[in-house]
Amino acid sequence: MSTMTQTTVQVYNVFIKASPEQIWDAITKPEFTSKYFYGSLVESTLEPGSPFIGWSPDHAQQWTDGEVLESDPPHKLSYTWRALYDETTAAEEPSRVTWEIAPQDGGVTKLSVVHDRLEGAPKTAENVAGGWMYILSGLKTLLETGEPLGAQG
Amino acid sequence: MGSVTEGSPVPEPTDEAVFRALADPTRRAILDALFERDGQSLGEIEGAFDMSRFGVMKHLRVLEEAGLVTTRRDGRSKLHFLNPVPIRLIHDRWIDKYTEHRVSALADLKHELEETG
Repeated sequence: MSTMTQTTVQVYNVFIKASPEQIWDAITKPEFTSKYFYGSLVESTLEPGSPFIGWSPDHAQQWTDGEVLESDPPHKLSYTWRALYDETTAAEEPSRVTWEIAPQDGGVTKLSVVHDRLEGAPKTAENVAGGWMYILSGLKTLLETGEPLGAQG
Repeated sequence: MGSVTEGSPVPEPTDEAVFRALADPTRRAILDALFERDGQSLGEIEGAFDMSRFGVMKHLRVLEEAGLVTTRRDGRSKLHFLNPVPIRLIHDRWIDKYTEHRVSALADLKHELEETG
């Protein structure tokens, strides 16, 4: 039975005209994340148990911290996640981010992000809610047009 | 929690479906309720609205077809989550591109008038 507890799961979906492989690369390679993920550079070997790190655009600061939980290219990637860019969120428990990539008909792929295990990270939950929308919209634009969001105007 | 991608392929929601879904005040109120607290069961949503279960289900179906609400199973209950990405896409595609400065100036004005008025 559900109760009036704080939301600890967030789910986002977007449809992208791109292949699952293209989306996988966009999530796991820094040359792509720099163009839609607040300029951040992802770094990970994607081996389960290995670090999953997000660096600032100049690589001088570590913005996010985490560990790969599951990696099944190009279908599913799951890792723990903690935002270090804010003192409050850095002090919270790590949450979990899971990307699910499902091809649909007509060259379209459904991309889902589930951000959960937010029980010990209320400030993180609040922070990322608007962020995921922005990130997924930017990722879609990048893959469909080849250019970052806002670069067309 | 089960996989979000389970089940048969779903069609990509069109902008028309999003605008249609947003055109109804009850559906906007359902989105607001999920914004306040995400991941609600049908019973919980129904409890907040003076409407039959069938009526709420009908609205939820329109919202799901527009991609504005997504569902996941949690044990025995099906939970409804707000997916604001389509609204963001419309924002980025239309408002950002053509009129952001003008719209934000008008939004500020409206806000100011309503605050002081």
